[in-house]
Amino acid sequence: MKELDKARHPFGDVQLARHADLMAWGRKYSLWPFNFGLSCCYVELATSLTSKFDIARFGSEIIRGSPREADLMIVAGTVFKKMAPLVMHMWEQMMEPRWVISMGSCANSGGMYDIYSVVQGVDSFLPVDVYIQGCPPSPDSFMRGLLLLQDAVGTEQRPLSWAVGPQGVVKLEKPSLRDIMKDERAKATDLRSPQGL
Amino acid sequence: MNGLSSLAVYLVVVVVMAALLMVVTHLLGERHSQRGTGVPYESGMLPTGSARLRFPADFYLVAMFFVVFDVAAVFLFAWAVAARQLGWAGYAAILVFMVETVAGLAYLWKTGAFDWGARRRREHLERHGFGNERTR
Repeated sequence: MKELDKARHPFGDVQLARHADLMAWGRKYSLWPFNFGLSCCYVELATSLTSKFDIARFGSEIIRGSPREADLMIVAGTVFKKMAPLVMHMWEQMMEPRWVISMGSCANSGGMYDIYSVVQGVDSFLPVDVYIQGCPPSPDSFMRGLLLLQDAVGTEQRPLSWAVGPQGVVKLEKPSLRDIMKDERAKATDLRSPQGL
Repeated sequence: MNGLSSLAVYLVVVVVMAALLMVVTHLLGERHSQRGTGVPYESGMLPTGSARLRFPADFYLVAMFFVVFDVAAVFLFAWAVAARQLGWAGYAAILVFMVETVAGLAYLWKTGAFDWGARRRREHLERHGFGNERTR
C-alpha cells in the first residue's frame, strides 16, 4: 500500500498530488477514442460502440475524427508495414495525454501473420498501455480492456503543467489478467462449443 | 452606479477573464513536439500543395445575378399589385428603376459577365478588348 502511495505521489508534493489525482479522475471517465481502425478488429470495435454494448457507461462514447481531440488510439487490426508510418504519424498528431490500446492478436504480436508485410506487434513503435487478446476480441473483451485502461489512467501520475513542477509520467506496472484470472478460469468445467449459440 | 460605469466594469471583467483563461490554458497540460505534431491532419498522409488556391468564381456570379434579378422582381411585383392606385407617378418611378437595372445588366453583359467558364471568358475578352490588362 505504501509503495502504491509512493507511486501515486512520487513527487511528495501534497497539493500538486491532490490536483493531479483530481485530473486523473477526470481523465479516467472521459477517454475519447480516435475514430481509426485498420482491419477486421475494427468491426468488433465498432460493434462495441453500438447501443447494445453502450460504451457511454464508461464515458468513452465520444468518437473523435481528429487526433487533436482524441485521448485514446485503439489499434484495431493488422498493422501492415505499409500502414505503420501512417499510424505513427497519427500518433504524433495526438495531443498529450494520450494512450494506446492494442486490440487483437495482430496488433499485439502480428498474430498469425508471421510474414514480411506485417509489423510483429504494434508495441515495436508505439507505447502500448493495454493489450486485448482475441482474434478478434469480442466487444466484452474490448470493454474489459477499456476498464483496465481506466484503472491505469486513474492511478498514473502526470505533470499538471509543462511549465511548472516536475515533468515525466509515472505509470504502475501493467497487471497480467492471465495470472490474476488463472484460478478462476481453471475452475471452468463447461466449455461452450463455438458451433452453437 | 450608472449605466456607463457598469458597462466599463463589465468590459474589464470580460477582458480579464478572457486573458486569464488564455494564460491558464497556455500553461496547463503537457506538451510534446514530434515530427508530425504540427502537421495538418490528413488521415495519416502528408498534406500536398497549399490551401491558398485560385479557383473560378463563376458560382459567385450566379449568386450575385440571382440577387439582382430577385430584387428587381420584388420591386416589380410590389409595384404591379398596386399599379392602378399608384398611377403615372408610380409608373415613372418603376420605369426609372427598371431602366437603371437594365442598363447595369447591359453593361455586365457587354463586359462578359454571362460568358461563363475560363475559356469562353478569355475569348470574350480577346474579341472585345475588355480588361486585357487583367488577363495578363
